[in-house]
Amino acid sequence: MTLKKNILALRQKKAIVEKGGGDKAIEKQVAMGKMTARDRILALLDAGSFHEYDLFVEHEERNFGMDGKELAGDGVITGTGTIKGAPICIYAQDFTVMGGSLGLKHARKITKIMDHALRMKVPCIGINDSGGARIQEGIGALAGYGEIFLRNTMASGVIPQISVILGPCAGGAVYSPALTDFVFVVENISKMFITGPNVIETVLGEKISQEDLGGARVHAEITGNAHFYAQSELECFEQIKQLISLIPHSNQQKAVSEEPKKPKSGKNIENIIPSDPKQPYDVRDIIYALTDDSKFLEVHELWATNIVIGFGRLNGETVGFVANQPLYLAGVLDCDASDKAGRFIRYCDAFNIPIITLEDMPGYLPGVDQEHAGVIRHGAKMLYAYSEATVPKITVILRKAYGGGYIAMNSRHLGADFMLAWPSAEIAVMGPEGAANIIFRKEIMEAEDEDAMRQQKVQEYIEKFANPYVAASKGYIDAVIEPMETRDMILHALEVSKNKDDYRPAKKHGVPPF
Amino acid sequence: MQKEKPVYTDFAVTARKYKTLLTKKYINRKQWSNPSPYEVQSIIPGTVLKIFVKEGDIVQEGEAILILEAMKMQNRIQMPFTARIKKINVAEGSRIPKDSLMIELEAVETEQ
Repeated sequence: MTLKKNILALRQKKAIVEKGGGDKAIEKQVAMGKMTARDRILALLDAGSFHEYDLFVEHEERNFGMDGKELAGDGVITGTGTIKGAPICIYAQDFTVMGGSLGLKHARKITKIMDHALRMKVPCIGINDSGGARIQEGIGALAGYGEIFLRNTMASGVIPQISVILGPCAGGAVYSPALTDFVFVVENISKMFITGPNVIETVLGEKISQEDLGGARVHAEITGNAHFYAQSELECFEQIKQLISLIPHSNQQKAVSEEPKKPKSGKNIENIIPSDPKQPYDVRDIIYALTDDSKFLEVHELWATNIVIGFGRLNGETVGFVANQPLYLAGVLDCDASDKAGRFIRYCDAFNIPIITLEDMPGYLPGVDQEHAGVIRHGAKMLYAYSEATVPKITVILRKAYGGGYIAMNSRHLGADFMLAWPSAEIAVMGPEGAANIIFRKEIMEAEDEDAMRQQKVQEYIEKFANPYVAASKGYIDAVIEPMETRDMILHALEVSKNKDDYRPAKKHGVPPF
Repeated sequence: MQKEKPVYTDFAVTARKYKTLLTKKYINRKQWSNPSPYEVQSIIPGTVLKIFVKEGDIVQEGEAILILEAMKMQNRIQMPFTARIKKINVAEGSRIPKDSLMIELEAVETEQ
């Protein structure tokens, strides 16, 4: 009989804490267009799979009127569950409890679930919705952030870490998402900045809204801090589910395979690329023509759009794509594109995902702003990432492969396992016009009709060098293939790369040009 | 999925122009201009606390022109070389962004 009573008491106790900040605070949360922390977890995880821990954790602050103040779960919900059957660890900050502010116990709940994720080798998902450090706790809050950052770093490259920004995430709090692999943002809900509009206005007199300073769109399009952008929380959760189903759940595992599927019969792969190298097209159409069911989960869809990165499946197995995008900025490499691709390549390498590189780019973006922004240092990230990666690396040169960009885009010289080229490939030290101007400067200047001579020399250069056969004659290209053969060739290359074993000198870690 | 036919721009990379779309970030990039030695600009956003010079003054190299307070630090802005103060574009108490033109200088004839 007592047990029965105890059970009832437990249920009552749980019901109170599960209410978070109470009805009024929940009403406010909903009025802001936001779901509650608990509803978010339930919407993201498989039905009935969520199990909560540390529900009864309480803060220990005694100063500044905090003594005796009850904060449900100390403002964060932590637990485990499954997404499409895959076990994961999760935490969600509860804005209804003192603005989701982070105190020491709040942080310790997070670090506990992170430690668990790392030991159990399962992905860790953090839902951020917090006003920031709990000022009353002073150094305790700072200690809490630091302990989270340390674990983010320890888990990096071991388990996937996903940050979902569903509310404010300001000050020190932004650095945990920045240390994780993928950041998800939602229009009108996510706000991330180091110093908010109030501080900026006080110090500098610059007036800017939260949205314009660090809203979802800003981070998805301008800063590149966010990898996935959604219009609603539910759309965001669908993106997370898709990502989780595509990536391995630790660096010791492979991604779960799916039933192999053929690409949908959409555009004919031979008709996508215009024969005039100056004309643009959407390189994603090539990717759709290669992947199972023509599915492709693009990462960083809105940022540095001159390069496309993301995940797809080939014969049921996950691969990562890195592709120049002639649709934007002619597909040039620049600071942001190198940054974007470099990190993605390292992600794929850390998690045993083969990398397929599709190349069609005219070189690096010229300009003072690029040079002064450090395109040398940023560009080097990509060289480093490709050279360092030991996963199977396959390159298909579709059209232009000029100059330094040719080397950077997973060339044979950086250790590509398979170098394939379409017959339309132009592999050269620079574009034919530029090259002809330099090589035949004398002939052109001395000619009666300079323009006619220039045209003639450009044509000569194109015929002699702007093709895949010079590179193929040196063994830098393994095979010149027909576009229709591309998928089969990549599938075969992946098949024979299954047991790839690549040597790297022993080291603590390299010193990449961050 | 494109709603309308996009308008492509001619985009020069070395000697060739490509048809392509531009990104917002590229369009909004800052154009570089050769900095003039006669323009004293703020290297950090902040508040002008005190101005030590007047228009028309000839000020020696290394002398303080003004104090720019930024990030709780009072930065003493010095004269880069001996010159005449042509124009002062800030006042004590003004809050200014980075790279704003604070003071314009003018060469003085060096006496033989």
